[in-house]
Amino acid sequence: MTQPNPKTARSLAEALQKACGDLVSEIVEFRGECSLTILDKSKVHEVCQVARDTLHFDMLTDVSSVDHYGDDPRFEVVYELYGMEHHAYLRLKVRVEEESCELPSVTSLWRTADWHEREIYDMMGIRFSGHPDLRRILMWEGYPYFPLRKDFPLEGKPTDLPETAFTDRAPLEGGPFVTTAGKQNVSQREPRAKAFEPED
Amino acid sequence: MTSSQTEVGYNTKIEGDVIVTKVDAVLNWFRKNSLWPMPMGLACCAIELMAAGSSRFDIARFGAEVMRFSPRQSDLMIVAGTVTYKMALAVRRIYDQMAEPKWVIAMGACASTGGMYRSYAVLQGVDRIIPVNVYVAGCPPRPEALLDALMKLQNNVVSKQPLFQGGILNNHKRPQPDAMAGQRVS
Repeated sequence: MTQPNPKTARSLAEALQKACGDLVSEIVEFRGECSLTILDKSKVHEVCQVARDTLHFDMLTDVSSVDHYGDDPRFEVVYELYGMEHHAYLRLKVRVEEESCELPSVTSLWRTADWHEREIYDMMGIRFSGHPDLRRILMWEGYPYFPLRKDFPLEGKPTDLPETAFTDRAPLEGGPFVTTAGKQNVSQREPRAKAFEPED
Repeated sequence: MTSSQTEVGYNTKIEGDVIVTKVDAVLNWFRKNSLWPMPMGLACCAIELMAAGSSRFDIARFGAEVMRFSPRQSDLMIVAGTVTYKMALAVRRIYDQMAEPKWVIAMGACASTGGMYRSYAVLQGVDRIIPVNVYVAGCPPRPEALLDALMKLQNNVVSKQPLFQGGILNNHKRPQPDAMAGQRVS
């Protein structure tokens, strides 16, 4: 893609802020990338419609979700927008709490959101209202967990759905990446391989 | 022709063009030199499997260039790639549809033991659902390694017990009927 234009991105972000008023927060600019947080999660569709129609962000390149385990609201959904005319990127974030765990779907604005939102539902458990076909996309129908949540272990949990699939715990043997150097604890050797202990 | 001298009693001056041998030896020889693979190519190892089938690392030398994608027409399943739990049912069903005698090569690290994917979504080795005859290490294994595995399997086929004593038809331990649920190797 062409190099993004930070000046255009900033001015477009400011235009969105002016158009949406107090629905969005202040602009956070980092190394030429502009992010805005949508403060009211029920107005996601509205803000995205302004971005698409008025500001010509006609391409949704990604919808992803973050699990801030321990924070409240727990989840955060990030929309990465791009405009093919003005070659500018924009990032919209919205926080979702664990209890309601629901957002309006933007599938009616950008059709690519269909599968992205299905993946978010599959991996994180956030439902999207108004989605045409919200079902699991990577795991199978009937899988009881949401694997990319922070309290789900990497090695998985044993499940069994006859005629469909089963899962089992994978033997981690000390961590996702096993090294042979030294004799210390894996957490000391490779801090990122720390085993997650949920408080249950 | 066959390797063992006790199975071939052949003297050109007496028999001419007739070779006397055992049915088992002949059938095993036919089988080993025409192992038709059912390529269960799931991931990157499938590329190396295709390379083994192409001209440089010719698998046709071993009679196995006939990659039959129908399980009914093949007798060797080469599981090449990561078997996810979601795909495991399909692999098991296709294995069940193959006719006896059948063999399985687990190609690559993912098919043998789950490979680098020690996670919630990857079956830790295809031998948890089907019996495997030969494991090939590598990520991906070189085509020559796959051909070496094929040769080892061919030796295995030849050295099997005679047909009519139930040897060939029980050339590996059968998994339990509900191998998908409960009978897992830990």
